[in-house]
Amino acid sequence: MAKKLTIDGKEITARDDATIIQAAHEAGIAIPHYCYHPKLSIAGNCRMCLVELEGRPKLEISCNTPVVDNMVVLTNSPRVIEGRRGVLEFLLINHPLDCPICDQAGECGLQDYYMQYGLYHSRFQEEKVHGRKVVDFGPDVVFDSERCILCTRCVRFCKEISQTDELGIFERGDTAQIATFPGKQLDNPYAGNTVDICPVGALTSKDFRFKIRVWFLQETKSICPGCARGCNINIHHHNGQVYRLKPRQNDAVNETWICDAGRFGYKSINETRVLHPQIQQDGALQHVSWQVALEHAVEALQRHGGAAVGLVIAPQGTNEDHYLLAKLASEVLATPHLVLYPGVLGDEDDFLIRADKNPNTRGAQDMGLPAPVTTTQLAAMAQAIDQGTIKVLYAIGANLAAAFGPETVLRWATQLDCLIVQTSNMVSGHEQAHVLLPSATYAERDGTFTNFQGRLQRINAAFAPRGEALPAWQIYTRLASSLGHDWPYVSAEGVLHDIAAATPRYAGLSYAKIGDLGYPVTHES
Amino acid sequence: MQPLTFWQKLYIPEILRGMAVTTRHFMVNLLGRRHTVTQQYPEEPTQVSERYRGRHRLMRKEDGAPRCTACMLCATSCPALCIHIQGGAHPDPTVEKYPVSFTIDELRCVFCGLCVEACPCDAIRMDTGIFALAAYKRENFLYPRNLLLGDDMPTNIAEGKAPNL
Repeated sequence: MAKKLTIDGKEITARDDATIIQAAHEAGIAIPHYCYHPKLSIAGNCRMCLVELEGRPKLEISCNTPVVDNMVVLTNSPRVIEGRRGVLEFLLINHPLDCPICDQAGECGLQDYYMQYGLYHSRFQEEKVHGRKVVDFGPDVVFDSERCILCTRCVRFCKEISQTDELGIFERGDTAQIATFPGKQLDNPYAGNTVDICPVGALTSKDFRFKIRVWFLQETKSICPGCARGCNINIHHHNGQVYRLKPRQNDAVNETWICDAGRFGYKSINETRVLHPQIQQDGALQHVSWQVALEHAVEALQRHGGAAVGLVIAPQGTNEDHYLLAKLASEVLATPHLVLYPGVLGDEDDFLIRADKNPNTRGAQDMGLPAPVTTTQLAAMAQAIDQGTIKVLYAIGANLAAAFGPETVLRWATQLDCLIVQTSNMVSGHEQAHVLLPSATYAERDGTFTNFQGRLQRINAAFAPRGEALPAWQIYTRLASSLGHDWPYVSAEGVLHDIAAATPRYAGLSYAKIGDLGYPVTHES
Repeated sequence: MQPLTFWQKLYIPEILRGMAVTTRHFMVNLLGRRHTVTQQYPEEPTQVSERYRGRHRLMRKEDGAPRCTACMLCATSCPALCIHIQGGAHPDPTVEKYPVSFTIDELRCVFCGLCVEACPCDAIRMDTGIFALAAYKRENFLYPRNLLLGDDMPTNIAEGKAPNL
């Protein structure tokens, strides 16, 4: 049974168990709030979400008032605005007003609502109560008790979501403050989310602290490539530099959270990048043009024919990459030596973190690549290389030194006719490559990942690839073209169009249809 | 446009009239110094008004530390994008944030003064009266924090006195 009510003169049908704030938000009416968070329990302590209810003498908080049939709610009446102004005045009494040095400035709930409901002429003449500044809460979180409005979102997060209970409120009255329990640190794998949900600048991230003011940042919707979960994220970037990742709400995947490992995964976009095609010359890697590098690779691929080519693929690429790679392996190279190497399994928990640290292992198989091998099954390929069956090894995103051991890679560098490494980041072992091809990171390109649930999700190019790096599907298209196969692909979406035609479960899909929240491809559509 | 009169159409008298004005100014400048508009720059300092926007300088707090808190409001308001600030955590928690580096690209600067208006701490001023910036290399126009603070400046500027006022 749904309930009918009127909010600001608008007839609304709400869920039975909805509160006023939920009903209003679902109807597109914004009610100011601090302590209310859709994924946390109701605290009702900030008093910011006051609304006027017809027939009730006092203003009521909308976050904790259930809807009732025929309720008439006013969210913007003069009484409500006066109430909010009073609440803001109280919240700001001991606020230090250090916006110029506060990282939250620009995305701060206090700033935003004060612009709308502020008093503007302060009546406060007393001495402000000073609190603790720059309190170290844990590996990434810094706390400032003067800025805190005690909304307890972070406390509830640690109790209900991470279930680690590091934070609590101590003392009373104007000395009440958030703190970690004695001997505890805010170091759970989801601790970074407390910074995201803090509506003011009380909790800030050490990693992001003072790097840039938030109003310089641009947002691009993307998917975290840190594990098979595929959490929805926003990439915050400026001038081709990524400054932070923020979770993006997708109730089917990650609700509004991401883990800290994913949050700090952006560093590989900024650092240790391979920016130019390189070939081994005079005992070291030398920068060359794409043409020269591809000529070197193609020459070696042609010299020995498909059967002598081995491919080691890490499922880091998009579906578009893997589709063209499978096509390259079967149609152009016709090689049987093809392994999908997902690397060693990592930590796993029952919330977000998955053991498979690749974003697209499932998509790779959907695109026709073989099932992932374990480290022991790699031995067969190592044997084929040692016996000389494989003369050209093409490693794609895979860390050869981690897979086969650094000494083996060193030996193969002299034994193999050509070692082609395609990567976006330089890791130990890659310097042995005969041909090094730079590929674009997930922040620099369009594409799709299929997460472990079988949900197809889009990544979007935040900026152009650094240096001369290219999206992997473009590298395959160029390789195929050099090997005499002219593929007609000019965009990642064009490749998806082909995938949709060739793969039944992906039939009829386009970037528009996948949208921002993804599309399940688990069953035949 | 007004049509020319017959007298003006003759041209020669008008040219002579113009030459007379030029010659008068020439003689005044050559002989007397009264009403002379020509300034003997650089031998004589140029008079600039008090509100003249010259080269920037950074101000100091009483303890000598830069007033700037690296809030980036100047960099945000700058239409030429010539201010580059890198903020850092200060060991003193009451200071919290300070500019690790503060560079103004004086070649990009359009001397509009918006940075001075935007600054909430009166940390940046353009009251030096200096307008003739010279260097042998373009890189030398990237004025670093210490130069703007006056550490590498002639003492009169470092003391906050504009040299030519």
